Amino acid sequence: MTALSLKNVNKSFGNVEVLKDINLEVDEGEFVVFVGPSGCGKSTLLRVIAGLEDATSGTVDIAGEMVNTVPPAKRGIAMVFQSYALYPHLTVRGNMALGLKQEGQPKAVIEARVAEAARMLSLGDYLDRRPSELSGGQRQRVAIGRAVVRQPKLFLFDEPLSNLDASLRMNTRVEIARLHKTLAASMIYVTHDQIEAMTLADRIVVLRDGQVEQIGSPMDLYNNPANRFVAGFIGSPAMNFLPGETVGRPVGQTVGVRPEYLRIVEDGRLNASVAHVENLGGDTNVLATTSSGEPITVRLFGQHRIRMDDSISLDFSDADSFLFDTEGTRLRAG
Amino acid sequence: MNKARRNPLNVAAAHGILILYTAIALFPVFVILINSFKSRRAIFREPLALPDADSFSTIGYQTVFNQGDFFLYFQNSLIVTVASLFFVLLFGAMAAFAISEYRFRGNTIMALYLALGIMIPIRIGTVAILELMVNTGLVNTLWALILVYTAQGLPLAVFILSEFMKQVSDDLKNAGRIDGLSEYTIFFRLVLPLVRPAMATVAVFNMIPIWNDLWFPLILAPSESTKTLTLGSQVFIGQFVTDWNAVLSALSMAILPVMVLYVIFSRQLIRGITSGAVK
Repeated sequence: MTALSLKNVNKSFGNVEVLKDINLEVDEGEFVVFVGPSGCGKSTLLRVIAGLEDATSGTVDIAGEMVNTVPPAKRGIAMVFQSYALYPHLTVRGNMALGLKQEGQPKAVIEARVAEAARMLSLGDYLDRRPSELSGGQRQRVAIGRAVVRQPKLFLFDEPLSNLDASLRMNTRVEIARLHKTLAASMIYVTHDQIEAMTLADRIVVLRDGQVEQIGSPMDLYNNPANRFVAGFIGSPAMNFLPGETVGRPVGQTVGVRPEYLRIVEDGRLNASVAHVENLGGDTNVLATTSSGEPITVRLFGQHRIRMDDSISLDFSDADSFLFDTEGTRLRAG
Repeated sequence: MNKARRNPLNVAAAHGILILYTAIALFPVFVILINSFKSRRAIFREPLALPDADSFSTIGYQTVFNQGDFFLYFQNSLIVTVASLFFVLLFGAMAAFAISEYRFRGNTIMALYLALGIMIPIRIGTVAILELMVNTGLVNTLWALILVYTAQGLPLAVFILSEFMKQVSDDLKNAGRIDGLSEYTIFFRLVLPLVRPAMATVAVFNMIPIWNDLWFPLILAPSESTKTLTLGSQVFIGQFVTDWNAVLSALSMAILPVMVLYVIFSRQLIRGITSGAVK
């Protein structure tokens, strides 16, 4: 069964079109990530799904039911916000229980569900504290717990990790992945961080300027990007784009090579001088400038003795490169 | 401030200025207080002297309590002030919430229209207001005053509160909507507690002019049963003879309730004025 289906969804604020003709099906139990640069409309799309904004046209179906006119609380969804958005006047227990109380669930059910969520997220010791007495990571766990207790048909996450520091972000990411497995629930997750997208998603939806650029599994997007935007957005460090003529291709074409597929060789197609070296221990990023003046990034595994202003020669296999025309559309096999 | 940045000269100068200002601000209140406990002759002989065994007298307070229904005036003032503040805060906050939270046609125009009252003094409309009150039969009732003061306080309240409400996190309100809270519950339970400092600011700014107002009580509610304290005190000021003991005593007592209300609001007030400046 489909957990969510969007058909021709458009959204405009006045004359500004924020979402243009979005079509999407999310299967039950699937983890779908919306990713894109800021201002691409991904959060607006999530708010349309949640019912916090009305779609200007198009339909939103949740679990097979058209919900365009259903208020957020009755859509069978739960949402986790970037700023946690906990109720400051309620304890952790009260925060988690409020939604169920509003639904009119019996007390015993509420208590059982809160206890279960608290156990799952190891919040048992904090149930009687107020949000102001919790750390950022704990607050975000409470926000997740508030979503879990409602047993929604669809979870919505709006950049939930953006306010956390790096190590906590990784822990919480793992926790969300684990939660997805245990609950086997359908989840939609908005982020601008492609690492979160790659590590969590079953499928990624890449958005730009309110339009869907490509939908596919993380490896699909990495190995087989539909256009230059997706190719440049997915992967870190970002893909290098070289004018065709500098690597023996017709003028007008652009050749994309991921930094990890560039090799330093004796006599390659590209000559470059090193501008900066990042030694990360496990691998080394070399930022260089080619003889034709293009910036290029090379990712080498292990540690290398390369210094600034060294001259290097680079090459890549054509099978590992991508071709794009002037519009940025992918040119295949040829 | 840490030691490295502290210059004793600057600290002394700052304290000197603050102490001087405090003295200037409190001096009239102090003069009123000491003179209210002196006999009439002593007030005129040496207005700045403290009351001593010779000059001490409570004649002013006795006059105030015996003449006129001082407690009734007091009660009227309190009812008018508290009721007006309540309505200003309630309706002001509601209007501010609508303007800051909902997108609707004419939103900006409505906000400007509501703010217009800040620039146009309500007293300009006194004659029209009086006619209105006469026609509706509200003259010589406390309601006349409460309605006028509510109208007078709303523009500033809407203006200040809508700015503060824009700062309340959208996520929080949306979380409430997803949890099934009604818009009223979101307003009263989530938003209002977060703008409490701003509400206190509005309350204090409105409270003192209402309490001290002489104009509207004199015009709209001068009857014996609806006199406010400020109006009631005027009976001691005559064209030829003024009972200074009684005037000073009445004024001393009039300070008290405002002080009590101010103490209640002031902690919040300071947070309201400074919040947003540092964050």
